[in-house]
Amino acid sequence: MTYAISVSDLVKTFGPTRALDGLDLTVRTGEVHGFLGPNGAGKSTTIRVLLGLLRADSGTARLLDGDPWRDTAALHRRLAYVPGDVNLWPNLTGGEVIDLLGRLRGGLNEKRRADLLERFELDPRKKGRTYSKGNRQKVAVVAALSSDVELLVLDEPTSGLDPLMEAVFQECINEERERGRTVLLSSHILAEVEALCDRVSIIRTGKIVETGTMAELRHLTRTSIAAELASPPNGIANLPGVHDLKAEGNRVRFEVDSDKLDAVLKQLVDSGVRTLTSQPPTLEELFLRHYEDAK
Amino acid sequence: MIGTWNLVRLALRRDRIILPVWIIAIVGITLSTATALEELYPVGQARQQLSLTANTNPAFLAMLGPLRDAHTLGGLLAWRWGLLAALAAGVMSMLLVTRHTRAEEEAGRLELIGSTVVGRHAPLAAAVLTAFGANVLIGGLIVALLLGKGLPAEGAIAFASSITVTGWAFTAVSAFTAQLSENSRTANSMAGAVVAGTYLVRAAGDSAGDSGPTWLTWLSPLGWAEQVHAFAGDRYWVFALPLALVVVLLTTSAVIVTKRDVGLGLLPTRLGSARGAPSLRSPFGLAWRLQRGSLIGWTAGLFLLGVVYGSIAQAVGDMVNDNPLMKKVISAIGGSGGLIDIYLATIFGMIGMISSIYLVQATLRLRSEETSFRAEPLLATPVSRPAWVASHFLFAIVGGALVLGAAGLGVGLTHGLREGDVGGILPRMLGAALAQLPAAWVVAGIALVLFGLFPQLTGVTWGVLGACLVLTMFGPVMKLPQLLMDLSPFTHLPKLPGATWTAEPLLWLVGAALVLVAAGFAGFRRRDLTT
Repeated sequence: MTYAISVSDLVKTFGPTRALDGLDLTVRTGEVHGFLGPNGAGKSTTIRVLLGLLRADSGTARLLDGDPWRDTAALHRRLAYVPGDVNLWPNLTGGEVIDLLGRLRGGLNEKRRADLLERFELDPRKKGRTYSKGNRQKVAVVAALSSDVELLVLDEPTSGLDPLMEAVFQECINEERERGRTVLLSSHILAEVEALCDRVSIIRTGKIVETGTMAELRHLTRTSIAAELASPPNGIANLPGVHDLKAEGNRVRFEVDSDKLDAVLKQLVDSGVRTLTSQPPTLEELFLRHYEDAK
Repeated sequence: MIGTWNLVRLALRRDRIILPVWIIAIVGITLSTATALEELYPVGQARQQLSLTANTNPAFLAMLGPLRDAHTLGGLLAWRWGLLAALAAGVMSMLLVTRHTRAEEEAGRLELIGSTVVGRHAPLAAAVLTAFGANVLIGGLIVALLLGKGLPAEGAIAFASSITVTGWAFTAVSAFTAQLSENSRTANSMAGAVVAGTYLVRAAGDSAGDSGPTWLTWLSPLGWAEQVHAFAGDRYWVFALPLALVVVLLTTSAVIVTKRDVGLGLLPTRLGSARGAPSLRSPFGLAWRLQRGSLIGWTAGLFLLGVVYGSIAQAVGDMVNDNPLMKKVISAIGGSGGLIDIYLATIFGMIGMISSIYLVQATLRLRSEETSFRAEPLLATPVSRPAWVASHFLFAIVGGALVLGAAGLGVGLTHGLREGDVGGILPRMLGAALAQLPAAWVVAGIALVLFGLFPQLTGVTWGVLGACLVLTMFGPVMKLPQLLMDLSPFTHLPKLPGATWTAEPLLWLVGAALVLVAAGFAGFRRRDLTT
């Protein structure tokens, strides 16, 4: 297993604030890795350290087998970056910015450039100052995706895109995965990470609190169950792993830890099941729980 | 028009610093000019001489207009400052109106306001009323000051009104241009072109000579300000012209407001190129795109400044000769030598400092690119930090030489033509201009060191430049200790073209600049990018 990114015990302070507080992060080569956390958790700071824009106070960071602070220019030849806040030069057109950034990275794929412009419905002739936030982001995304690089570093790339364009973006990322590229995708949009990512790391106040595949993370989460039984439920409330039970006659509604599901279902069957709906945990719930527990 | 007064209050709140600065500056310069004229030209022969030079030299006529009455202080003031004050009021009004109309609209803030109980015309009306009020305040203060100095009321009111009403005229001009483009910079450039154009048109008329097209002056709102003949006839009827212009332009603008959509302009936005030009492939290619406009503007501006100073050098030499006080002031700054050379040395000293503004501006572009997060995507490409810094700093180093060279060229050509010796004078003037470079490089080096090591303090560079200006220009007159004046790099420059050429101080300055630049580059390599 090779790693495109491996970070351990990274610390970065800005005056009294500890933006990164012993962060560990590994991204495997060829995977789409979700980097999830609320605003201010340290996602952008981590990315900027990885890009050599900020210098870490301590800890180690390796990017494509190089040191992001010392081997900056050589590493940047092999990656493309979409910043969270895309600001364009007011009097340069989108097309000019795409060409500039692409050429600086060592050339861009003309066919993909044209194809992406069409799919994202972006007019490259408009000046930077006239683009909306979403369109500025599209400029940076098109520039990044039409470069032939090994690693894509995307910092909340869809925060200004409408749902239609977000679907286009997800298509594009899936294509990148098929091409064998590694993607680090930071986001606080949970559905996006859920739809796209092979593995996810969750960051909170400068630390990774959880990391794993979607399947692994679901073990930590609860399934919601709603059932109508033949007789009033008994004993369910006392089973381990059951939370927020609401019983009303023969109807019952509760949440259960995913790894305790088996025992709870047996108990339900004993009572006679008429209807049953269960909802898998969404990343959203997982996410909310993490932050509620921590409070 | 509902909500107009609330918007006026908002405009005054937002402009609570900048507007008083403009007003105090215009009124303050009026007062200091009047005081200086009183001292420099006591009644008698000096005024006769001045009148003769001012009304025969075309460069003076083009710059300031004719001197209609040299016998009264009012007449002198109207000549020396009347036109320029009207110009200043015009620029103030133009910036104010665009700031509160098109710029707000472009930023989308007007939409927010438009969704509240505010009439369709209220934003434009509020901006126009604010500008009108500011100009009235300027006029009122000037009248009060001049009456305090004992000048006749009729002339003082005519003089002050010519400033106020010109301010109104340009208020109306920019209220109109704000309707045309959806971009505030374009709106300002259009209004600015009108302001510059009206100045040039009347300059052509004023300097045309009796047989030339003197009627050109009547085509310009700034010409109308002159035609009032403040303190020399006080022709109040001339005010009918700018007032009519105001009515026409404001009515037209108000009609356009009701016809167009919020956010759009009357002129369609032009689309740019879909592809980057072949030159747009390196950090320098980008820096050229971002800085070329400023470089071209500064080069042209300094060339024109050189032309103006060069063409009056001879006449000023004569004038200074006739005025013992001015002779004293000039030789304190310009050193010894022929009077014209002394004058030119003073001019080149000034040009050196003005050009330093360009060098600092070109250097600090680095900082504004960084804080607006436009450096971040660039530095995430294979572009190294030193390469990016160099791409912009080159404009300070080489661009600075170009700007100073243009000024030297302007002075050399015009002064040379007047003296009939371009071949001899031009190289001397170019040399004198370029000799300013090492000091200007030191100032740019200070800007770069701050950028590399203390990025939050880059603004201090302007304070440093201001201090250098005070030390070198006014130090000798204020009799400051030499040790203090030596702090300014400009103090160490040989006072060319009069003084003897010495390379030693220039080499020291270049050395100091090199150290500063190296420290700036090293500092930026090590520090965090501002995020």
